[in-house]
Amino acid sequence: MTDFNSDMASKKSSLLVADARTQKRNKAEARFRAYGLAAVGVGLLFLVILLTTIISNGSSAFKQTFVTVEVFLDPAKIDKKGNRNIEDLKKATTFTYKPLIQQGLLDQVNAAGYNHPFEKHKAMGQLLSASAAGQVRQFVLDNPDRLGETVEFRLIAASRVDGYLKGRVTRESVARDKNISAEHFDLVDQMQADGLVEKVFNMAFITGADASEARPEQAGFGVSMAGSFFMMLVVLGVSLPIGVAASIYLEEFAPQNWFTDLIEVNISNLAAVPSIVFGILGLAVFIQFAHLPQSAPLVGGLVLSLMTLPTIIISTRAALKSVPPSIRDAALGIGASKMQSVFHHVLPLAMPGILTGTIIGLAQALGETAPLLLIGMVGFIATNMPDTLAEGILSPNSAMPAQIYEWAKRADPAWYERAWGGIIILLVFLITMNTLAVILRRRFERRW
Amino acid sequence: MNDMRIMERSVETNDIKIAANKVQVFYGENHAIKDVDVQIEDKTVTAFIGPSGCGKSTFLRTLNRMNDTIDICRVEGDILLDGENIYDPKVDPVQLRAKVGMVFQKPNPFPKSIYDNVAYGPRIHGLFQTKADLDNIVEKSLRRAAIWDEVKDRLDGPGTGLSGGQQQRLCIARAVATEPEVLLMDEPCSALDPIATAQVEELIDELREKFAVVIVTHSMQQAARVSQKTAFFHLGNLVEFGETGQIFTNPSDPRTESYISGRIG
Amino acid sequence: MPVLWIFLFVAGLAVIGFVLGRARALRSADGDVRHLHSLPFYYGANAALKTFVPAAIVLAVWSVAQPMVLDRQVSTMIPQSVIDDGGSLGLIMSDVSRVAAGLDQAVAQGAMTAEEAATLRSEFTDVRARLGEIGVALGADVKPEVLAAAQALRIKQNTASWISTFVVVALAIAGFGWAVMQTNKDFRARTVVESGTKSLLILSACLAVLTTVGIILSLVFNTIEFFKLYSAKDFFFGTTWSPSFTGTSQLGILPLLWGTMYISIIALIVAVPIGLFAAVYLSEYAGPKTRAFAKPLIEILAGIPTIVYGLFALLTVGPLLVDIFGDGGALGVSWMKGGTAVMTAGLVMGVMLIPFVSSLSDDIINAVPQSLRDGSFGLGATKSETIRQVVLPAALPGIVGAILLAASRAIGETMIVVLGAGAAGKLDMNPFEAMTTVTAKIVSQLTGDGDFASPEALVAFALGMTLFVITLGLNFVALYIVRKYREQYD
Repeated sequence: MTDFNSDMASKKSSLLVADARTQKRNKAEARFRAYGLAAVGVGLLFLVILLTTIISNGSSAFKQTFVTVEVFLDPAKIDKKGNRNIEDLKKATTFTYKPLIQQGLLDQVNAAGYNHPFEKHKAMGQLLSASAAGQVRQFVLDNPDRLGETVEFRLIAASRVDGYLKGRVTRESVARDKNISAEHFDLVDQMQADGLVEKVFNMAFITGADASEARPEQAGFGVSMAGSFFMMLVVLGVSLPIGVAASIYLEEFAPQNWFTDLIEVNISNLAAVPSIVFGILGLAVFIQFAHLPQSAPLVGGLVLSLMTLPTIIISTRAALKSVPPSIRDAALGIGASKMQSVFHHVLPLAMPGILTGTIIGLAQALGETAPLLLIGMVGFIATNMPDTLAEGILSPNSAMPAQIYEWAKRADPAWYERAWGGIIILLVFLITMNTLAVILRRRFERRW
Repeated sequence: MNDMRIMERSVETNDIKIAANKVQVFYGENHAIKDVDVQIEDKTVTAFIGPSGCGKSTFLRTLNRMNDTIDICRVEGDILLDGENIYDPKVDPVQLRAKVGMVFQKPNPFPKSIYDNVAYGPRIHGLFQTKADLDNIVEKSLRRAAIWDEVKDRLDGPGTGLSGGQQQRLCIARAVATEPEVLLMDEPCSALDPIATAQVEELIDELREKFAVVIVTHSMQQAARVSQKTAFFHLGNLVEFGETGQIFTNPSDPRTESYISGRIG
Repeated sequence: MPVLWIFLFVAGLAVIGFVLGRARALRSADGDVRHLHSLPFYYGANAALKTFVPAAIVLAVWSVAQPMVLDRQVSTMIPQSVIDDGGSLGLIMSDVSRVAAGLDQAVAQGAMTAEEAATLRSEFTDVRARLGEIGVALGADVKPEVLAAAQALRIKQNTASWISTFVVVALAIAGFGWAVMQTNKDFRARTVVESGTKSLLILSACLAVLTTVGIILSLVFNTIEFFKLYSAKDFFFGTTWSPSFTGTSQLGILPLLWGTMYISIIALIVAVPIGLFAAVYLSEYAGPKTRAFAKPLIEILAGIPTIVYGLFALLTVGPLLVDIFGDGGALGVSWMKGGTAVMTAGLVMGVMLIPFVSSLSDDIINAVPQSLRDGSFGLGATKSETIRQVVLPAALPGIVGAILLAASRAIGETMIVVLGAGAAGKLDMNPFEAMTTVTAKIVSQLTGDGDFASPEALVAFALGMTLFVITLGLNFVALYIVRKYREQYD
C-alpha cells in the first residue's frame, strides 16, 4: 500500500476558520433552505390569495340593495270588477302592478325634489328588479283589504343599481347599456343619501331559489343547499353501512386469496378514478339502464356514494386495524363468537375513526361537481324548497357546487358575485365538517 | 479472557488528539453525561465500554457534534481537537466532521453504487482534481477497508447488495475516503456475525497506523482485543480510564471490577 | 308508489317476525333463557332476516329489470318504417314511455276512464291534445303505432307489477313462515344469523368490484355503439375535433389528448417543484411548530372543491393573465386572446396539486431511514448535500410514483378545465391559446339536449374509456412503484 495520506499535509487547517470550499457549501446550503422556505411560502401565499379572492368577491352577495317605494294600490286598475273577489284579483298580472309601482316611485322622487331628467314613470322601472311587481302582487293577494291604500314597500333594486352601489357597475360601463343610464345613478345617489335606497343583509340569498338569467338580484342558494343536503343523506345512508360492512369483512373475516386481492386492488383503484368517469357510470347505469329520475338527488347521491365508498372503506379499515388484537382475543377467550367479538367490541372501539373518515368522505362528496353535470343536476330546476323527504330525494334539484357552476357560466357579471357568495357558503360547510372531524379525532383518539 | 496478550501489548504514548474537559451533556432535563474528562491519543484505539444506557454512545457523538441534529441536546464543557474547541461558535460542524469521521452501529450504505458510496465524501469535500484521482482514492480506501478484492469487479453494483460484514467494511471505506484524522465507531460489529466481526476487528487494528480510533462496544472481549486504552462509563460518569490491560486485569474502581466480572451490566 | 308499499309491508312483516321468533323461542324454553341454544335476540334476527332479505333483493332486482324487459318486448312492436321516420328506436321508445306515463296520469286524475285509455285510437282522438289538458306535454302528434305500443306497455306494466307484488309478498311470507316454524330451543339461531350476516358483509365488499364492472360495462357498450357509427381509426388518429349535428362531425381525439397533456404538464411544472421543495423543507428543516402550522394550512388547498378552483381560473387568473400577456397588456405582447387558455387552467391546476405532491412526498421522505442521513452527516455533508445526494435519490422511486398519481389527477380533473381552458379542440403550441381536454368534452357532449344515440353524444363514452384506461394505467404503475418502495424500507 502506498502512502495513503501523503497529500494530507495541506489539510492541517484550523477548525476555527472556514475554508473557501466550506463557505461556498454553506452558501449553497442557505440557498437550498431558502428554496424550501420559498416553496412553503408560495403554497401559503396561494391559499391566502384564494381565500381573499373568495371573500372579497363573494361577501357582497350577502348584501342586497333595496328601494323603499310607496305604492298606491289603485283599485281601479287592480280590481276592475270592484268586488274584492280573490279569484278576480288573481287575474291581475304583474303587468298591472308595474306601472303602479313605477308611478309611485316617480311621484316620490318628484316630491322629494331630486334633480333628474326623467318624465315617464317607465324610466323608474329600470331602478327596480323585474321581481318587484310580483312582490307587490303577492302582498295584495295576501291582504286584499289594503286595496286603495298607499303602502310602503321595500323592493329589490335592479341588478345594475345593486352593482352600482357595490362598485361593480360604473357610469362609464353603462354608457351603452340600454337597461340603465348614468342619470339613473345620479338619482340613486340622491335617494341613497335620504335612505330610500339602501343595502341590507340578503336573507333571500341564503334561503331562496335560483332565478332566471335576467334576474341575478333575485337568485338564492337555499334550494340547492337543500339538494345537497338530500344528496348527503343518500350518501350517508348508502355508503356508511356498505363501507363499514365491506371493511369489516376485508379486515376481520376475509381469507387471503385471489378474490380478496381483487377486491383490495379494486378499492385502491376506485379511489383514483376521475370523478367524471363516475358521472358516466351514473348516467349509463342509473339513468339510461335503471330509469331512475334524472336530476334527482337520489341519483346524485348514489353516484357520490360510489365515489365516497373507497374513502370510507380505507379509513374504516385503518380504524379497525388500530384496535389491538388483545381485545379480540379477550372476547374470544370468554366464549364470544368471532362475529360477536367484532360487533360488540372491535366496532364500537373503532367508531370514532370510522366517523372521522365518514365526515371527511362526505365533505369530499359535498364539493364534487363533475359527475353532477352528467346526471343533469345543473341550474334552474327547482324553484321551491321540497316539502317532504321523498320529494327532496326524488324531485329534480340542483346541488351547491352545480349551482355555482351554473352561475359562473352566465353572462352577466352580477352572477359572478352570486357564484363567489355560493362558494363562501359551501366552504363554511366544508370547514365545519372538517373541524368536526378533527375534534372527533382529538377527542376520541386512543393510544394503545 | 486472554490476559497474556493484553499484558504483552506494547504501549507507546502518542500525541493527545482529543481532550475533553468537564463535559456535560443534557437531553432536555436529563443529565446524560456528567463531568467527563478524557484524552484520546493519536494512532491509538480507545474503547468506551459500559452497561447499556451508560452514555458511552452519547459521549462518542459529542466528539463530532452528531448531537447537533437532536434539538433538545445541550453540551457543556470543552472538547479540544488539536487544541481547538470544537464547540466554539466559529466552528462549522461540517468541517469538523470531515476531520472526525464516523461509522455507525448498523451498516448504512447509501442506495448508490459501491463506487459512489466511497466517492461520496471526497466529492462533497472536493478532495480530488481529476477522475483518475478519485478512482485512486476509492481504490485506496477500499483496500484500507480490506474489501477491495471482494468488490473490485462490481464497483457499479449497489452497495446495499453486499453482505452485512461487507456493508460495514464499505461504510468504513466510505469514512476513510474522507481522510479523517479521527475515526469514531459506534458498536460497529453489533449487527455482524462472528466471522465478519473478526474481519472488522482486524481492520480496526490496521487503521490505528493512521488515525485515532474511538470505538464504542458492548463487548468487553472486543475492547480487550482491539484497544490500547479503555474508558469505562457508568450512569453517565466516566468511572475509569486507562491502559486496556490495566483496566481488565487490575481495575481500581470496584464498579469497573463488578462490570468486568459480570456482576453489573 | 306501489314499490314503496310493498317494501313497507315486507319491512313490517320482518319486525313482526323478529318479535314472534323471539317470543316463540322463549316459550319453547319455558321462558328460561339458559335452555336456549342461542340468545333470544338471534331467534328474532333469524326470522327478520329470512323475511326481509330475499324479498327485498327480489324487489330491487325486479324494479330495475322490469322496465328493460318490457321495453325490449314492446320495441318489437314498432315497425321499421316508424323507426326510419322518427330517427332512432331510442327516441320512439322514449315517446312510447312518455305516452304511457301520460295515460296513467290521465286515468289517475280522472280525465280518462281506464277503459278509454286502453282502447283509445289516435285515428279518432287527438291524444296529444287530451294529454295536454292534464299537463302532459308531448313534442309531436302521437302516431298510431306509438299509441298502440304505449297501450301494450301499460298492460304489460300492469301485469308485471301484479306479478312482482305477488312474488315478493309470497317470498316474504314464506321466509316468515319458515323461520317461525323452525324456531325452537334447540335451533342453532346464532350460527344461522352469523352466516347470514357474513354473506351480507361479503356482498358489501363485492360492491367495489361491481362498481368497477359497472364502469367498464357502461363504457364498453356505449363505446362499441360509437364505433359502429364512427370509425375507430378516425377517432384515435383524427387531428380535427369539430362535432356538428348536421352529420359531418369530425371526432378525432388527438387535439383533446394534446390539450389534456399540455395542461397537465404545465400543472406539474408548477406543482412538482413547489410541492417537493415544500415537502423537503417541512420534513427536513422546519421545527415541529412550523410544521404543525404550515402543513395543515397547505393541505387546506387540497380540501377546496375543484369548482372553486374553476371559478378562480375563470374569473381571477384568466383576466390577470390577459392583463399581462394579452393585447395592450403589461408586457406589450399579444399572445393571449381571451381569459380561458391552457396557461390559465394549467396554473390553477398546479396550485391544486401542490398539497397532493407535497403530502405524498412528505410521507415518502419520512420513510427514508434516519441511518442514511446520519451516515451522510457523519461524513461531513451539509443538510442540503444530504438531501440532494442521499435522501432524494433514496426516495426517488416513491417520488416518481407520487408524480404519476398527480399526473393522473391532472388528466382526470374536470371542473378547472371546463371553466378555465376553453372549448375548441386545437393542436397548437401556444400555451396562451384556448384549448380543450378530454374531460371538458365529455361534459359538453353529454350535457344539453342531444340525442343519446348519435355519434356526437356516444363519443363521450369513447373519450371516457380512453380517460379511464390512461388514468388506470398511471395509477397502477404509480401504486406499484410506491408499494415496492415502501417494502424496501420496511
